[in-house]
Amino acid sequence: MSNHVDQVLNPERDRALLGRVMRRQVRLSLGVASVFLGIVLLLPVFNLYYPELASQKIGGFTLTWLILGVLFYPITWGLSAIFIRKSNALEDAIERDEKSGVAH
Amino acid sequence: MIPLLFVILVTVATVLLGIIATKRAQSASDFFVAGRQVSVFMNASAISGEYLSAASFMGVAGLVMRFGYDAMWYPVGYAAGYLFLLLFIAGPLRRFGAYTIPDFAEGRFDSPLFRKIAVSFVMFIGFFYTMPQMKAAGVTMGSIMQWPYWVGIVVVGAVITFNVALGGMKGITFVQAFQYWVKAFAIAVPVFVIMSVYGSYTSTLSKTAANASGFPVLVTDGTYKINGKAKAPTNVVAFQAVEADVTFKSSTVIGKVSPSRKPEAGEDALVLDAIIKAGSIPSGTTIHLVPVVVTRDGVPVEKDGKTVLTGVKLEFDEPAELALAKGLPVPNAQKNSKWLAPFGTLTSKHGYPLLYTYSLIIALICGTAGLPHILVRFYTNPDGRSAKKTTFWVMVLIGVFYFFTPIWGAVGREFIPGLYVPNKTDYVVINLPGQVPGIWGDVLKGVTSAGAFAAFMSTFSGLLVSMSGAWAHDIYGRILQPESSPTQRISAFKVAAIVIGVISMVLGLFIETFDIAMLVGWAFAIAAASYFPLLLLGAWWRGLTATGAASGMLVGGLSSLTAIILFMLSDRKVVTIADPLVKSLCEQPAIWTVPLSLLVMYVVSLATRGSIPKDVDEKMLRLHAPEGLGYSKDYISSDH
Repeated sequence: MSNHVDQVLNPERDRALLGRVMRRQVRLSLGVASVFLGIVLLLPVFNLYYPELASQKIGGFTLTWLILGVLFYPITWGLSAIFIRKSNALEDAIERDEKSGVAH
Repeated sequence: MIPLLFVILVTVATVLLGIIATKRAQSASDFFVAGRQVSVFMNASAISGEYLSAASFMGVAGLVMRFGYDAMWYPVGYAAGYLFLLLFIAGPLRRFGAYTIPDFAEGRFDSPLFRKIAVSFVMFIGFFYTMPQMKAAGVTMGSIMQWPYWVGIVVVGAVITFNVALGGMKGITFVQAFQYWVKAFAIAVPVFVIMSVYGSYTSTLSKTAANASGFPVLVTDGTYKINGKAKAPTNVVAFQAVEADVTFKSSTVIGKVSPSRKPEAGEDALVLDAIIKAGSIPSGTTIHLVPVVVTRDGVPVEKDGKTVLTGVKLEFDEPAELALAKGLPVPNAQKNSKWLAPFGTLTSKHGYPLLYTYSLIIALICGTAGLPHILVRFYTNPDGRSAKKTTFWVMVLIGVFYFFTPIWGAVGREFIPGLYVPNKTDYVVINLPGQVPGIWGDVLKGVTSAGAFAAFMSTFSGLLVSMSGAWAHDIYGRILQPESSPTQRISAFKVAAIVIGVISMVLGLFIETFDIAMLVGWAFAIAAASYFPLLLLGAWWRGLTATGAASGMLVGGLSSLTAIILFMLSDRKVVTIADPLVKSLCEQPAIWTVPLSLLVMYVVSLATRGSIPKDVDEKMLRLHAPEGLGYSKDYISSDH
């Protein structure tokens, strides 16, 4: 690979870099995960406490059937598309930042 | 005859495609990870093909037919697991550059012992997941052709073992991609034809909703074969609270007669002897069943201004044949309103519907993220970026597939409710197309049978590759013969594929009475509480030690296994679990075993802090630093 960062062992630099990289990655992953878990974990509660609303008819489906049986899949696609775009942008940003940092 | 032709067609295509793909599989890396040069679309099709097993193709539709809304958590959980893989595991694992989970286990912790533990889990979970595929192959072939149970197992087992031994991962990638499209076609196209004949998805659901207190009714007169006690719990026929004439076409023995409706606290025990008694029933007997009034202290119980009634539930000791008339509200089915709404008989059976639902969701999401044959696939991507892209396309492909499965359940419930009587809702995907009149019924049945075959074959291929890979690469290549050449490892892979293939077939023969969904559930629950915590913490917490990870895996995996076995024993009435809460936690243990496993990993790792590998930061950078920074490397490629 032509763009290797200096591979000499440098524990302190590695550790600091790791901290920076993981912090940014974990923020993104947890952000998307919490939106998703919000939907998945709130739906049973919604079903339990608002049964009338959940059984509301929408185009032949009940609202909750529509969410779980139909809309759920496009929601996961949307979330994963957002995550991938942001995650790739994040990796580019990390590479840019770290390389310019090493150069200094 | 036509369904058989379709099955032969898909089987022959599988063998031919395997041979063609194999011509290009030469190196060791071709065998283990398909040379890491699989395109995103091909890889996504192959992963989806491998993932959509018998449980997805036949099981989910059957579960929706049986349990309604609640069962839709299954496909949702299967699909959601992928999002978690994408968010937390796919990128780091691919960057780490190991071939298998045992590689990851050893590479991350510098512990050869941990590799051995991880390998045994690959084998263990793999066999658990293989058995239901084998069973599904046996029963489907039995259903299509009335052939004995072992024939389907031998056909599927032999074909796939041949393919895998011949071409390894590369040999099956193209085949599995092809099989995804067979399955997608088979689950989608017949449904449109069936809906055009019988009525659409939404109109079926609307009809069900409009008749809230009704049941599906038998559409023809028919004779139903019921299993005996040996195949419990499928030996139960619970009649609705209506009048019904039952004719016993063969002599049989009824083991137990009880009310269909579960008695609530304080209600009187009902005497049903006047209607029907347990014991032998001679062939040709006709019995007139009547509904029974539920009483409390001798007074009829009323709910919503109506007297509460119940039908009788018969549990057969010997196999039986029952003749039932057209128009009868079908036994064993839930009431329309219960079927359509959340918290029906699946999640409410122990009285803790929310707990059950959450535990099921956790098991499915974490279990997907911890299945060894799924994870090994991520290594076939050329880099982390394409691994993520692949995961996205997998989610699209399996999402489209799962969208169709509840339609089968909903339409099947209306138009072949006869499947409820012998507890065979699993067959809805195979049997429903046969209802379409004329030759098209046979053709469509052929299409779904071919889809079912594609399902067992592709999942079994994936499992066989990951298990043979674990043997050849991890046990033979790393533990037994570390000096072996790549060619020797390929030979070891081939031998392992044949041996493991044969073991799988033999295991399949022994589990005819086990429930497909139950076996799959075991595999998921064990994976969720062992591999998932290992991967999650291994990738994201630098403080995890080998001892911590191994103890967490063992505690989590074993407690899941123990809980499930306890539940199974109580289901078969070998042990008694009095508390319904405990029973629920045994049947669906993920809600406590996954946190327990994570906790054990955390606590033990803190206690063994001293053994954190010295170069842990470098390892973590290999997992996390973007590839452009040059920290990633192929951990294994140096010795190939």
